[in-house]
Amino acid sequence: MDVTIKIRRYDPEAEQPGSYWEEFAVSVADNATVLDALIKIREEMDGTLTLRCSCRSAICGSCAMRINGHAGLACKTPLALVVDENNAITVEPAGVMRVIKDLAVDFEMFWDKIRAVEPYLQPAGVEPEGEYIASNESMLHLSGVTACIMCGACVSDCTVLEVDPTFLGPAALAKAYRFTADPRDGNREGVSRDRLRSLSEETGMWDCTRCNECVQACPKGVAPMDRIMALREQAVEAGFTNNNGARHTNAFTESVGHSGRLDELRLPIKSVGGVTNVGAMLSYAPVGWRALTHGKMPPIRHKNVENVEQVRRLFRKLDPDLAGPQIGRNSPFG
Amino acid sequence: MKYAFFPGCVSQGAAPELYPAAKLICERIGIELDEIPGWTCTGAGVMQEKNQFFADTLNARNFAKAEQMGLPILTICSTCQGVMSQANKRMAKDSDYLAEINYHLAEEGLEYKGTAEPKHLLWILIEDIGLDKVTELVTRPLAGIRMAPFYGCYIVRPTEALDIEEHPERQTSLETLIETLGATVVDFEGKTRCCGFPILTINEKNSMAMVGKHTSEAKDLGADAMVTPCPLCHLNLDGYQPKASAQLKRKVDLPILHLPQAIGLAMGIDPKDLGLQKHIMSTQPLTVKLGARR
Repeated sequence: MDVTIKIRRYDPEAEQPGSYWEEFAVSVADNATVLDALIKIREEMDGTLTLRCSCRSAICGSCAMRINGHAGLACKTPLALVVDENNAITVEPAGVMRVIKDLAVDFEMFWDKIRAVEPYLQPAGVEPEGEYIASNESMLHLSGVTACIMCGACVSDCTVLEVDPTFLGPAALAKAYRFTADPRDGNREGVSRDRLRSLSEETGMWDCTRCNECVQACPKGVAPMDRIMALREQAVEAGFTNNNGARHTNAFTESVGHSGRLDELRLPIKSVGGVTNVGAMLSYAPVGWRALTHGKMPPIRHKNVENVEQVRRLFRKLDPDLAGPQIGRNSPFG
Repeated sequence: MKYAFFPGCVSQGAAPELYPAAKLICERIGIELDEIPGWTCTGAGVMQEKNQFFADTLNARNFAKAEQMGLPILTICSTCQGVMSQANKRMAKDSDYLAEINYHLAEEGLEYKGTAEPKHLLWILIEDIGLDKVTELVTRPLAGIRMAPFYGCYIVRPTEALDIEEHPERQTSLETLIETLGATVVDFEGKTRCCGFPILTINEKNSMAMVGKHTSEAKDLGADAMVTPCPLCHLNLDGYQPKASAQLKRKVDLPILHLPQAIGLAMGIDPKDLGLQKHIMSTQPLTVKLGARR
């Protein structure tokens, strides 16, 4: 197979450092991977091409890079599946992290975030006399997260890290879940209260946009975003609800549970803690005014769906804590 | 063709211009919309982070009602599309899960048999109706208009839930449609990134940074407008563009169109009937360029 590999290159020692594209035409076997082609380029065409790789078997996590704009392991990506109609692909270094040279990026930020979540078991209270007992199911559940090979593909494509490097990010939050979901971590019931408290703060679990980029990018099926959603469920369950994220998910569920649909007028107000949050209310004012003057204000009177009693019945049954006994009579959403 | 219509909350709430615009163009194309009676919110991914089972049960309830109607589901919201597809996959993969959901639906006399296949209008136009039919109805081609596609997240990821492998054309559906309408595609990096709407009340600074990044990138590439199949993306990219612009310390002024509005414009429908005057970012430079308004 004759392919064209368009590589985004960068040489910090060049007279005028800057990234540029360079094309290489290579002949490879029909079943070759992107990494096979890159190694061939380095060995036979341009020895200065810099990239990291080791196992060639999707185990070591060294060769994460952007292929056609999306992060993945070069060794796990068959060329035939990604070439376009001209038999060409683009290869770039992983995103978000600083480029050192060509396809090699600086992982310092990645490791700083992993370290920030204290990636080791922290049992609270009295140690058991014998060993810690953990059920098979709980360990099997964790095997999905422990499959992480720290390749950084999820961090590369995270839409939040792209605009805010202080976010803990998908890899570290998935790693945190590996501990909060471990029955040996936290108190006797396995609730990691301290972790959930600090992860509920700014730059933590609630800053994720649920964009699914990390789920798509992860070559090992860790699905970091799904772990972040599970963290949120744990945090709300543990009572860490004094933040806009937790208030938002509770208020959203309440709105739908009571009326069947979303009350877009009251949801943002409830998310920031109610009308008494003067700062937030003031910041909403210009947006609200613009919506009003353009005739696109959500209805003041939020209507219930047809047969709303059936929705409320499900709400009472399936989320009794939030629904409460008064649902339908004393609804916060009317 | 007749569909069980799932409009989604936003098309009747904070983006009230979308619902009538969608109805108008569907009527012209010959798509009959029969709204699912008493449909509920899909949970938009937000309910799923707190109580996935409750949210999935509500989705199964909508699906069961569409099954009773004997019609395929059409939605005009990417977020609804993604959330419905994800819920549907969970039920398809795990018969015990579906059985448990059906246990709760039974009291209402409903049962979800697992046959629903919710589809966004964008996909239906390409896969069911055919672009020939759309081309036939284009009476005012968007010639000379440079249009940036903005997919957002839910209609492109995760690919497994959206059957992208069986339908690779879905990945370029928006570009295909823009070209069918006669406009020029402005390809840009941000087209499948997050608009920032889900974190608007949680981290407004980051949310605004996303709006600023995508709109300014498209603008710099010469876009006259951006078009999106997602009303939530529209809320942020249009409604919050002034705020994002202030944070970016730069004027962007990029009109953002809902998918049916772009189609309607090309079909010669009056911009007013499509609700273009309801946008926060003025669409006048676009309609003037198009000769649809003085």
